[in-house]
Amino acid sequence: MDRRRLVTLVARFREFGILLVLILLVAITSVGNSNFLTSTNLEGIALDTAILVILAIGETVVILTRNIDLSVGAILGFSALFVGVVLKVHPGVPIPAALLLGAAVGLVFGLGNGLLVALGEVPAIIATLGTLGIYRGLIFVYSSGSNQHEITASDLPNNFLALATQTFLGVKLFLIIPVLLLLAAGYWLGQTRSGREVYAVGGNGAAARLAGIKSGRTVLLAFALSGALAGLGGVLYLARYAQVDTLAGSGMELNVIAAVVIGGTSTLGGVGGVLGTLIGCVLLSVINNSLVLLTDPGSAQFWSRAVYGLVILGAVVADALITGRLQRALRRRRA
Amino acid sequence: MRDSPAASHDEGHTPSLDRSAVLELRHIRKTFAGVVALEDATLALHAGHVHALVGENGAGKSTLIKVLAGVHTPDDGQILQHGRLVHFNSPAQARDAGVAVIYQEPTLFPDLSVAENIFMGRHPVDPRTRRVRWSALYAEVRALLRQVGLDLDPRERVRGLSVADQQLVEVAKALSLKARVLIMDEPTAALTPSEVERLFDIVRRLRGQGVAVVFIGHRLDEIFVLADEITVLRDGVGLGVWPAADLTADRVIALMVGRDLKTLYEKAPAAPGNVALRVENLRREGVFANISFNVRSGEIVGLAGLVGAGRTEVARAIFGIDRLDGGKVWLKEQLVAFRSARSAVKAGLAYVPEDRQSQGLVLPLPISQNVTLPLLREMARGGFLRPARERALSQEYAGRLRLRARSVRQAVRELSGGNQQKVVLSKWLATRPIVLILDEPTRGIDVGAKAEVHRLMGELAAGGLAILMISSDLPEILAMSDRILTMREGRLVGEFDRAEATPVRVMAAAAGQPAAMGVGA
Amino acid sequence: MSAPPSEQAGGAVSQAGTDAAGVTRGRAFLAKLARWELLLVVLLIGVLVYNARLSPYFWDSQNILDDTSNFMEIGLLALPMTLIIIAGHIDLSVGSTAALASVIFADRFQAGWNVWLCCLAALAVGALAGLINGLVTTRVKIPSLVVTLGTFALYRGLANGILGNTEVSGFPDSFVGIDLRYLGNTHIPAPLIIFAVAAILTILLLHGTVFGRYVFAIGNNEQACRFSGVAVDRVVVILFTLSGLVAAFAGLILTSRLQTSRGDLATNFELQAITAAVLGGANIFGGSGTIYGAVLALFVIGLLQNGLTLANISGDIQTIAVGVLLILSILLPGLARRGRAAFGRRRGGDASRAKRSPAT
Repeated sequence: MDRRRLVTLVARFREFGILLVLILLVAITSVGNSNFLTSTNLEGIALDTAILVILAIGETVVILTRNIDLSVGAILGFSALFVGVVLKVHPGVPIPAALLLGAAVGLVFGLGNGLLVALGEVPAIIATLGTLGIYRGLIFVYSSGSNQHEITASDLPNNFLALATQTFLGVKLFLIIPVLLLLAAGYWLGQTRSGREVYAVGGNGAAARLAGIKSGRTVLLAFALSGALAGLGGVLYLARYAQVDTLAGSGMELNVIAAVVIGGTSTLGGVGGVLGTLIGCVLLSVINNSLVLLTDPGSAQFWSRAVYGLVILGAVVADALITGRLQRALRRRRA
Repeated sequence: MRDSPAASHDEGHTPSLDRSAVLELRHIRKTFAGVVALEDATLALHAGHVHALVGENGAGKSTLIKVLAGVHTPDDGQILQHGRLVHFNSPAQARDAGVAVIYQEPTLFPDLSVAENIFMGRHPVDPRTRRVRWSALYAEVRALLRQVGLDLDPRERVRGLSVADQQLVEVAKALSLKARVLIMDEPTAALTPSEVERLFDIVRRLRGQGVAVVFIGHRLDEIFVLADEITVLRDGVGLGVWPAADLTADRVIALMVGRDLKTLYEKAPAAPGNVALRVENLRREGVFANISFNVRSGEIVGLAGLVGAGRTEVARAIFGIDRLDGGKVWLKEQLVAFRSARSAVKAGLAYVPEDRQSQGLVLPLPISQNVTLPLLREMARGGFLRPARERALSQEYAGRLRLRARSVRQAVRELSGGNQQKVVLSKWLATRPIVLILDEPTRGIDVGAKAEVHRLMGELAAGGLAILMISSDLPEILAMSDRILTMREGRLVGEFDRAEATPVRVMAAAAGQPAAMGVGA
Repeated sequence: MSAPPSEQAGGAVSQAGTDAAGVTRGRAFLAKLARWELLLVVLLIGVLVYNARLSPYFWDSQNILDDTSNFMEIGLLALPMTLIIIAGHIDLSVGSTAALASVIFADRFQAGWNVWLCCLAALAVGALAGLINGLVTTRVKIPSLVVTLGTFALYRGLANGILGNTEVSGFPDSFVGIDLRYLGNTHIPAPLIIFAVAAILTILLLHGTVFGRYVFAIGNNEQACRFSGVAVDRVVVILFTLSGLVAAFAGLILTSRLQTSRGDLATNFELQAITAAVLGGANIFGGSGTIYGAVLALFVIGLLQNGLTLANISGDIQTIAVGVLLILSILLPGLARRGRAAFGRRRGGDASRAKRSPAT
């Protein structure tokens, strides 16, 4: 087969492969438990996915630049607690302001990450491993400093809590927001010059610089975006679960990264996109849901982290195997 | 030409301020942390001329090019554009001034399309929506691709393209930047002759359009085919510029080296012994097939062929780094099947790889540690290192190979190309191999070191070692080999004795043309 | 490519160690090595002084010695971690492995096994966990970062899954309280002794054996090692297996000290182990590092945390401090390096930066 067509074929296969797995899983689960395909259950999946999607969009951009952000869970947690406290103390704060506040808080944290990586040249894995600890610690510091250890539904104004159920033209607002963000991100990454530069920076950093791209700025932007979206996600988290303590969002970064990697965005940068990420998020939520429906309810929660780890491993292994086959096949066809 | 007819042939002509030059570097001086890379280099580029920059490794060619490209700023000297002083403080500034560079390392985005590779950062956009105008982009790219003779869909991903095509994409990129000066660093290193011809055609076309082209090359035959002017650098000093017509290859070498070299190679006739290495019907799916030959102790077998013929692949497969899909290998009458380099080394096989910096050496480590790397197990006592013994061993080989370094504790990274190759050779000779495979042993090393390596090879063969030498340097193959095998597209297509081998015969076999086309030599 | 160094006219290589240049080079190397360790020693003294100021209870030999038991498990994790980082890899799963080992131990104990057999089971599981990391990294050729990110979750999930929400205690006296056992009449606790022995063994391994040389060579140029006949994959697999084994061992010591086992043990231990290695001078990209540095860094972090605890500063601030230390340990040397280069630039002038310019 022609060399170039092989490359495109594999790229398509990557995208469709995940979709296939998703369909398979849906089929298995609906057979195993008739509650799966009910509208309540499906809606529950969608709502769970919403927050994951928002965070995953930011993470996708970061990973596209050949970096990684391990601190998103901590940023979400801080934002959730912080905005919760603000709403508790000032219940009159309008919803959009609350959302913006969360995003702003996240933006600041994201900029911190971005400065470390872009300016300080600290490898992203180390930088965000460090900020993961720092930001999580800050949650505790803030919580003990303001003496607010937990926010519950009774602390929150009703109109805020309604965010989780409010609809717009018949569709839940909670679902509209991530979809809008997905569309915006997809457009930016696929159709604008600055979005294409993200792929360049991750695909070949040296070449990007030679092409005159200010890669430092691109990386900074990626991390800032990731932080802002994590902050926004925190506010939505607050609205959905109406109960936040200092441990909110712990471990979430793993799910987010899993969704992105499964969705076909390579950790080596330069390949992937938000469409794949969406499928990855849905897949993870379905897995989570399937676990609950197909197993004894008590144990599902505990095993889910194991399963996610297994899924990341599986996806990455599969991806590497496919790429390996592709490289070998390409090598055999000297043009 | 500005040359006065009276200019002697022994001295190049360093022109005075040349207002006709598109770009001129004058008396450039550049040091890196105290080491002088360029001392006094001058280069004048004219529109519509192809200018070759030659010199030994370490003469400063790459540095000079990088000054031209805005990557380095000179400590001293001037850059003049159309006679006016300019400063390139960054690659972007050089680019804006119309300078385009094609480096040896590809600067492409493998997973993006050809179109985006050419126009990254400069996509045409709709001013209101900020949206990329894809159809306009593709149209423009199609036109560019036509100019360089590439028949590609602009949407194709670069990853699937051959090296030669990728290079042409780079040329297209340079064209899109409306470059007036095109710099190419060793552009033909990885191309087949037909691809080289294609590239040269494009260069000639660009020359016709008034672009000034400068390229660094090591293959003198190519240089004389393409260049109008030649500047020679030696030890950071520009010796001058000559019209290509006024020079011969021998003269260029003499200038580069600083002395006339009558013969570079010396090879005593062989008295070969028993068969040391025998291979039969070697096959690797899609890469090579039907490879059978043998190498006897005391002889040097040259493996000739064009780049991409599969010679390195055969060597790597014999050595155990790559997998063999079929065939048998005998080492000293013993049937072997190496699954890894480790077992090959143990059995007495040694392989000096093509790319010495990334495959042959661990640059930050000292000479002694590099030399002993394959032998550590044998040299150790109970798993523990014996540094004194390591140093002694590496001293021995360093002396034998006339290695120039401060001490065996010096990091290999600091050595010149020729000395680095000597470290690699030391390493492999220390394993006391029965068969030595050399892959491009003198690529990228200066002429003096080259002669020493050849002398060593002669000695080793005389001492009974069986040597298989892969080389793309035809004179080297012809001078050093007792027998020559030619490969083309994964098959063995020719075998010549030293006596009957001529350049035409060998090249014809390599290129796949009937040898009956001309009288020999 | 930079210009070639000036070559001696004589041609021959000078006798190692006897030429003046050789001696000066030796001194220069020692100087460079000593600078980072010196910094750590200064930092350590600073921590000791700071702690003594913070709390009157600190400056007491018995207290300090007992304090060390709090971070000896992390110390054990940091030893193979340093080797792995030098080889150009990373292991994010060590904390989870330690927890998993502890949980397996408890689970088997509950099933009625002899307590020492349970220990063996735990160690076996740890080694297996490391082996999996090594095999997936080398066979499937995936960056160890991604693999261990996955196993970090997998092993932690398994640990949580096996014990659920419960915790197990009631282990025999012969097993628990390892930090309450002392060497003879001294007040040196057993964990410290164990760590000291392990550290010495690791130093011998890294700097004195063929294996250690392979670790450095692989971290600097893996491909060249393969071409030179080094069994690269085997070395990497051994490294990860060792890491898993040691993590399991650390998990058992932790269980003995805490006298209980739970699924969420050893949380954040990987962060602290990596911090110790990197703060200790190991280059995160591979190729260089020392055990001495890691040990010094470990004590800096550990004693700082203990001092803060004594002063009633919460554990969360401590986590922040560790995170800050980790980042600073990479940030500062990088900035210093570029500062020096920039200074040179202002004198000599060039737009290039060693890392950024295209390869020659």
